Amino acid sequence: MEHLDALENQSIYILREAYKKFKKLAMLWSIGKDSTVLLWLARKAFFGHCPIPLVHIDTSYKIPAMIAFRDELVREWNLRLIVGQNTAALADGMGPERGRLTCCTALKTEGLQLLMEERGFTGLILGIRRDEEGTRAKERYFSPRDKHFEWNYKDQPPELWDQFKTDFDADTHIRIHPLLHWTEIDVWEYIKREEIPIIDLYFAKDGERYRSLGCWPCTGRVKSNATTIDEIIAELRSTNTSERAGRAQDQEDTYAMQKLRAKGYM
Amino acid sequence: MSTSIETPRASISIVIVGHVDHGKSTLVGRLFYDTDSLPEGRYEAVARVCEQTGKPFEFAFLLDALEEERDQGITIDTARAQFHTALRDYVLIDAPGHKEFLKNMVSGAAAAEAALLLIDAEEGVQEQSRRHGYLLHLLGIRQVVVVINKMDLVGFEQWVYEDVRREYLDFLAALGVHPQAVVPVSAREGDNIARNSEHMPWYDGPTVVEALDAFAARTSREHLPLRLPVQDVYKFDHRRIIAGRVEAGAIAEGDTVLFSPSGHRGVVKSIERWHSPRTGPAQAGESIGITLTEQLFIERGEIVSHVADAPRAGTELRANLFWLGDRHLAPGRPYVLKLATQEIPCAVAGVSGVINTATLGNVEAHEVAKNEVATVTLSLKAPVAYDCFTDIVETGRFVLVDGYDVAGGGIVLPPVENDFTI
Repeated sequence: MEHLDALENQSIYILREAYKKFKKLAMLWSIGKDSTVLLWLARKAFFGHCPIPLVHIDTSYKIPAMIAFRDELVREWNLRLIVGQNTAALADGMGPERGRLTCCTALKTEGLQLLMEERGFTGLILGIRRDEEGTRAKERYFSPRDKHFEWNYKDQPPELWDQFKTDFDADTHIRIHPLLHWTEIDVWEYIKREEIPIIDLYFAKDGERYRSLGCWPCTGRVKSNATTIDEIIAELRSTNTSERAGRAQDQEDTYAMQKLRAKGYM
Repeated sequence: MSTSIETPRASISIVIVGHVDHGKSTLVGRLFYDTDSLPEGRYEAVARVCEQTGKPFEFAFLLDALEEERDQGITIDTARAQFHTALRDYVLIDAPGHKEFLKNMVSGAAAAEAALLLIDAEEGVQEQSRRHGYLLHLLGIRQVVVVINKMDLVGFEQWVYEDVRREYLDFLAALGVHPQAVVPVSAREGDNIARNSEHMPWYDGPTVVEALDAFAARTSREHLPLRLPVQDVYKFDHRRIIAGRVEAGAIAEGDTVLFSPSGHRGVVKSIERWHSPRTGPAQAGESIGITLTEQLFIERGEIVSHVADAPRAGTELRANLFWLGDRHLAPGRPYVLKLATQEIPCAVAGVSGVINTATLGNVEAHEVAKNEVATVTLSLKAPVAYDCFTDIVETGRFVLVDGYDVAGGGIVLPPVENDFTI
């Protein structure tokens, strides 16, 4: 079986397991390339439908083009979208100037936590990949979080032969990661093959492009002349710079991502 | 620079296992470095961390990303990373060697197609070297290369290599595991990793990279009898689609199929895919849907096969099993067996042999403790459809759930012939 087909079939299997096992299930859509591929895979898994509601956490610092792109796809694909926002923290003046890790925790992690509690979701599908950074490399496809959202990375469930952790007590919720085994290049090759609509912030303008999308104050562009998917793939094949090099919160501390993710960061 | 897309390269998953401190993460780091697979800045970042903490450069930090892992110098959880040789791409799975993290080792190893078993030349064969060898065997991994590490600490002496080699090969031979190569290396110094070592002219076998490139890719499952476990049944529009992944064989429109264990029969009206370049029969590995010419009451768990080549079905299973749970596996306790998409309550009817994985000796016991391996008989509350592991791997293995947790895994053995048949 061809490489992209193998990745796709595995992801579809995981999405179908998640949908079968969790009645209160949501899928995080950040509007970026990974979660948009995830959304596409959900439509494959469910034969053109996306029966799982999408969740977008709006920090109010998102790049405006992302919101426009989001709303357009929601209309076109007839999606159910729930937008969450930590309005209390924003009213209190939360922003990156208070410290990037503090801001990420309040606006993203807590924003998500509030929405999950309010809606009673017990399962959340996310488009993280192992090759993004070191702590994500240690994730499971089905990863339990306790009621405080915490990830106990020192004691993760065994995961073998596609038998996942789908039984849990009332205080736990599960994060599901159907793209865990994909790489950045896989994602782009798949977008090309499937002709998946993708936000144009990834393509170069004036010698720069976004390689990873986040909030505008903390997301930098990389030098690039790649204006097509083929050029992006060619660029990725020849670069040794890491994907999240433009994400300022990662560089705050050697173990920044471990600390953020232990507390429930995506 | 050409902007044309290269055809996707072949990819294979390899797990690295072995006793704690024998240098697995160092070997992985070294493989990345020597094959030029590290992201820019990664080497420098690790060099900086090591300098700050006053340690010599630590290749292991390239994968041991958790703070606790770096502080204690051990790998806690399995990590995956991709590297490439001239021949193909690799997903390298670094599994922890500490006994406490055996469930993480199993999680890593279960996803691999081949394994590197690492042994410290100075310490020789240790408890986890044996246990991991046994578990690889139980997990069905048959392609193995042994790597004898830290040859620099024993003066690159051939006799040390030969001693460790002989002892470990004897142990593995008893399991029926026959490594394709036994490579003497120094992961720290880079001897026999990607380049032949100048320090060991007496060795004329492959380097680690050459040994990796010699592993065969996954064998095709298409020639096997059809096995399509039902994952779910969808009614999103007017049709009723039975969804699942073909685990073995192939299924086509017009096929008469049997559902096990219920015994229902039906005819395939269509193979369902959405936005797919593929048409026609669905092959092993494909997540697809089927519709039937006639509506049947089908639920998750059933295995679709052709009529002539059906899986076995029954309420008793004999299996080799490894236990990872903190609570002992014991007769009388309730468990749930998960095999393909079936979930069936069960109990242990008998423990016929607990194996000490370090010596391969049989231990007389009625319970199975954490990290032990045993032959058991399971008694199921309802019939299960299954195959023997040696016939069809995907429907011949299972996990046991204790409470909320996956606590063990096993492979199905052929049923014992009943001596009293007339």
